Amino acid sequence: MKNHDLVIIGGGPAGLAAAVSAKDHGIDDIVIIERDKEPGGILNQCIHNGFGLHTFGEELTGPEYADRFICQTAARKITCQLNTMVMDLKAGPDFKTVTAINRKDGIFQIHAKAVILAMGCRERPRGALNIPGTRPAGIFSAGTAQRLVNMEGLMPGREVVILGSGDIGLIMARRMTLEGAHVSVVAELQPYSGGLKRNIVQCLNDFGIPLKLSHTVTDIEGTDRLCAVTIAQAGPDGRPVPGSETRYPCDTLLLSCGLIPENELTRGAGIRIDPVTQGPVVSDSLETSAEGIFACGNVLHVHDLVDYVSLEAAAAGKNAARYIRGGRSAAGGTIAIRPENGVRYTVPAFISPDGTDETVTVRFRVDRIYRNHTIAVYFDNTPVSRRKRPVMAPGEMEQVILDRKKLAASPDLHSVTIRIEAPA
Amino acid sequence: MKQQELTCIGCPLGCTVTVTTNDLPGPDGENILSVTGNTCPRGDSYARKEVTCPTRIVTSTVRVRGGTSPLVNVKTASAIPRDKIFDCMNAIKDVTVTAPVHIGDRILSNVAGTDVDVVAARNIPSAEV
Ligand SMILES: Cc1cc2nc3c(=O)[nH]c(=O)nc-3n(C[C@H](O)[C@H](O)[C@H](O)COP(=O)(O)OP(=O)(O)OC[C@H]3O[C@@H](n4cnc5c(N)ncnc54)[C@H](O)[C@@H]3O)c2cc1C
Ligand code: SF4
Repeated sequence: MKNHDLVIIGGGPAGLAAAVSAKDHGIDDIVIIERDKEPGGILNQCIHNGFGLHTFGEELTGPEYADRFICQTAARKITCQLNTMVMDLKAGPDFKTVTAINRKDGIFQIHAKAVILAMGCRERPRGALNIPGTRPAGIFSAGTAQRLVNMEGLMPGREVVILGSGDIGLIMARRMTLEGAHVSVVAELQPYSGGLKRNIVQCLNDFGIPLKLSHTVTDIEGTDRLCAVTIAQAGPDGRPVPGSETRYPCDTLLLSCGLIPENELTRGAGIRIDPVTQGPVVSDSLETSAEGIFACGNVLHVHDLVDYVSLEAAAAGKNAARYIRGGRSAAGGTIAIRPENGVRYTVPAFISPDGTDETVTVRFRVDRIYRNHTIAVYFDNTPVSRRKRPVMAPGEMEQVILDRKKLAASPDLHSVTIRIEAPA
Repeated sequence: MKQQELTCIGCPLGCTVTVTTNDLPGPDGENILSVTGNTCPRGDSYARKEVTCPTRIVTSTVRVRGGTSPLVNVKTASAIPRDKIFDCMNAIKDVTVTAPVHIGDRILSNVAGTDVDVVAARNIPSAEV
């Protein structure tokens, strides 16, 4: 049995930034546990540029962004235990039990005063997507293809169709094209793309790759290897419109259909999960329903920009440090944050009135595209702020910053409501 | 006269900007008569640059000999003209480097005659023997 003050599960950008922040807030006994052979998480396969514009003011590639944080942990002599997978987590008021496995030590247990969950997310598997047709080889998730091409140097195929226009799908359309493949179409079920405008322009338009919105795959052909897919327009009811089918001969289909937080360990520890985000429910100190267990990054909710992951993780590290130094978790009453009218969820889900930070950052996503709408905040039924936004889209995270002084000035507050409202 | 439609990438609004040019080649290739559809001035300068000299940073990978990983990812040190992207890819294609490789190491100089270097964007240590 080993003992540590803080165990961080996952050595991606979230785990690394959380470790740096906890150390800078006075915790020395920290261990990061990472199942891969190197730290950096999913950034290691994201070789395109565009990371870190907010944090470093320059456009880094994924591995360069990760390296900045790997250097920061190395400079602080923080231990990162690689090739080690956490298999189980148990909550408890005095210590948490982390069970992990690796080749050298076999199965071992650690007692930790606090734990930070930073396991990231994984791609929605194809089985969950209900596509008709056969199941030949040649169908990959976009993230798997990204790993094959960028880390193993293997090309999944030559004639490519992509289903789903999330950023990973768009990035892979360009990457496969640059490596000599032909991408004939990107089909998206929604009437809008979930990807960034910049990726539509620089990954599709630059190479003349068509984007078909409100389209879906209706048939997959091939016995051993994929030989064609059929794409049709999706009507308002989501069903294919008869006569709108086009058949694309191809040997590869990439699926870019969204990400799900990786929360098996969290569920195993009996921690409450939000049905919308599929991540743990957290307070404004990013503490889960189990005291002393915090969460940040994609395991909490799916982020589109890694810069926000780093910021959120720094807050988790700071709060875990405070907890270890003896600050108890918030006792007593809480103020619920209620997402309403177009706001799908909020992180955090509630606020402890006795928190000490000057502001509370509430991050959320909207359920569709809104133009010239307002983000309205209410304390119980009293309107407290309104901010007009020219455009909001499900693909881009929004935020509201609440002033702790204002919260403290309303001692009987039960809930804060965040709503999207139409122009007056 | 020629009209081109572009999507501005300056912010999530993504304005559709229309650029009208005449056929006489101007100092930058074409003469811009008007830019419309942009909501703010950033859209105007973006559209002018996209029509006259669009540039992109190119990222890819090259093979590594004797490293802990078979590939190292690389990037152009600054943006290169968009119409040189495939020339740049062709120049990178056959390069093999030897580990160790450090972020910022020059992999190719003056790629495809652009005056821009291709540099490593990741550290690859030598494999232990
Ligand atoms: C395929 C893919 C492509 C992406 N592309 C982009 C992009 O182009 N641009 C962008 O801004 N964002 C992109 N993202 C989002 C990006 O992942 C996040 O911004 C950021 O990497 C999230 O950081 P994280 O640390 O929360 O998660 P990750 O980077 O996923 O790190 C989680 C780490 O935890 C480890 N881990 C998980 N479970 C365990 C366990 N039980 N035991 C030990 N270790 C464990 C994993 O091995 C991993 O290293 C992409 C995401 C995915 C999945
Ligand atoms: S023109 Fe201005 S408002 Fe419109 S997308 Fe570009 S930066 Fe945004």
